Amino acid sequence: MFYREAGDFNTSYAEDQQTFPIKFDRYRYYVVLFIAIVIIPFVINDYWANSLLLPFLIYAIAALGLNILVGYCGQVSLGTGGFMAVGAYSCYKFMTGVDIWWGGELLFRLPEFNIFFSIIMGGVMTAIVGVLFGLPSLRIKGFYLAVATLAAQFFLVWLFNRVAWFYNYSASGQISAPERELFGVLITGPSTPAWATYLFCLFFTVVCAIVARNMTRGAAGRKWMAIRDMDIAAEIIGVNPLRAKLTAFAVSSFFIGISGALFFAVYLGAVEVGEAFSITKSFLVLFMIIIGGLGSIFGSFAGAAFLVVLPVALKIVGVDWFGWPTDIVAHLQLVVVGGLIVIFLIAEPHGIAQLWRVAKEKLRLWPFPH
Amino acid sequence: MNEQLAFTIEVFANGLMAGVLYALVALGFVLIYKASGIFNYAQGVMALFAAMTLVGIQNGQVPFAHLINAIFGTEIHHFGWHVHSFLAILLTVVVMIALAWMVQQFVFKHLVGQEPIILFMATIGLAYFLEGVADLMWGSELKALNVCAAEGACLPQGMNLWLEGTTYEALGYGFFIDNLDIVATIVAAVLVAGLIMFAQYTKQGRAMRAVADDHQAALSVGVSLNFIWVLVWSLAGFVALVAGIMWGAKSGVQFSLSLIALKALPVLMLGGFTSIPGAIVGGLIIGVGEKLFEFLIGAPFLGGATENWFAYMLALVFLVFRPQGLFGEKIIERV
Repeated sequence: MFYREAGDFNTSYAEDQQTFPIKFDRYRYYVVLFIAIVIIPFVINDYWANSLLLPFLIYAIAALGLNILVGYCGQVSLGTGGFMAVGAYSCYKFMTGVDIWWGGELLFRLPEFNIFFSIIMGGVMTAIVGVLFGLPSLRIKGFYLAVATLAAQFFLVWLFNRVAWFYNYSASGQISAPERELFGVLITGPSTPAWATYLFCLFFTVVCAIVARNMTRGAAGRKWMAIRDMDIAAEIIGVNPLRAKLTAFAVSSFFIGISGALFFAVYLGAVEVGEAFSITKSFLVLFMIIIGGLGSIFGSFAGAAFLVVLPVALKIVGVDWFGWPTDIVAHLQLVVVGGLIVIFLIAEPHGIAQLWRVAKEKLRLWPFPH
Repeated sequence: MNEQLAFTIEVFANGLMAGVLYALVALGFVLIYKASGIFNYAQGVMALFAAMTLVGIQNGQVPFAHLINAIFGTEIHHFGWHVHSFLAILLTVVVMIALAWMVQQFVFKHLVGQEPIILFMATIGLAYFLEGVADLMWGSELKALNVCAAEGACLPQGMNLWLEGTTYEALGYGFFIDNLDIVATIVAAVLVAGLIMFAQYTKQGRAMRAVADDHQAALSVGVSLNFIWVLVWSLAGFVALVAGIMWGAKSGVQFSLSLIALKALPVLMLGGFTSIPGAIVGGLIIGVGEKLFEFLIGAPFLGGATENWFAYMLALVFLVFRPQGLFGEKIIERV
């Protein structure tokens, strides 16, 4: 009754090809953006920002990136944690000024980058590393590739652990973000206002989502999907597999790098690579896109939201309501997440995004059955 | 004899022993992959689950004691008896078979005909689920695993003094090799021989190979796919139990035990997913390769701990030249 396309007349090609062709969808999108940009910054506090909103926004970017690679291009990657680490460490190096040494002497030192550009550089460096580790995907396929990306995961974590240059020779082996501001407002460091970090992450998330949406429905996205559905057939009809796969790796790693940089600089403030970017992180992001829906932009957000909210909800129910010990709740969480993955794969292999599509189909006809 | 050379040989021998243990885990993967096309990521967690169950039964722990205590406010922990190792192993085998049946009944029966990648992700979900269940059942603290045939006749610990003495007298340099590694090598060899005999000479084994060869053809001559799949999952559970006992006796039963599955993956890539000899050869290459690399290059020049990634890099470089692994079936692609 409310959700319908009847009476919605497109009179130009631009209107016909817009992202949300149905009026209701469009308005809903504007309302969500309005609430996110205008209302939430005024009501946000530290608890909400740190336990829900920031992780959601940051993981949403990572999930978008991984979804481009796995959901759209069909190249399974288990190296997300390692790529996030690349984003975090490059961001750190650019924030504090990259120093180039040669033969024990300091050759030169780049000026310290603004936090915004540091994060962009985190993405760029990760894209380069991603392309390097994506090169074998031309020869290796399927499971073999999934396992090969584990090489990236373990090698990168080891690299950032062992080479002191990456953490500026600090004694603890950790990197911690110094205080940096944007337009006079603190973005990183211990005493940042919640609304500023929130808006900063929101900006990246929205831009990434718009870019991802438009890339995946354009020529690039069609090539990726052709490769995913059958790479040999795609090659025969004229898709260059080298370019398609490597662009997917580059774009995906760029997003993942941005999310890693935000995760370190804005959300955690200080990280130890083996702890923050371990293989568990790779699986977490992979679960997000499976539960959310492979090959769906909305699914990336839904999956990220689901897996960010789930532990918090379980903790509130288990620890605060029932008074169970925290370790039991932590184990229960594993059971619930694992069980949900299996249930989703059996009942709805296309994830929350498919449930959403079905719901919309139903709503179109409602209240009539046919 | 040259000290450096002798030391290298010792590292080589230790690598060989570690490789056998990797091969043991990889074997479980190959069994399931051959018969059902499922790449079972949960193999490592199955080893953890089996080892924890074994310890739990041996010590007479009450399953889910923590959870029961939290819900009902009771204070139970142990039944107060100790179970003999053989009986405990037998009971654990029963548990693993029940687990195999449940996995087939509740998960993979509903996923028949899905894409391999979906099945793979289901096993990742299964791994998380099993890990949570194992922790809830038996508690997540580090446990010592002692398997004893009788009083005083346990799995040996520590280094082999006899070997050190003999090699010291013969070569002027005592080799340092764990007793447990030697036992593990023997057990693994027996297990592999047993599995090959089973696959070659028994009715069920033949049916298993038929299913691996062609599902449809096997179905049409009257092989029950369901039964075979439960069978291979049980076998994989048994292999997981053996691997769990060996690794558990070596370094205690704890979460990190499940990470050996990750170590088995490069072994599989080297050997090919479908080949039992491949798993063994791959395991040996990886075991020796990473120990030697760490000893000769990693520790002196790269700051150590290269064992974490060397196996993957080796497999990655190798696969670029031979995408199906050493012994895997040639990949033929058609549109």
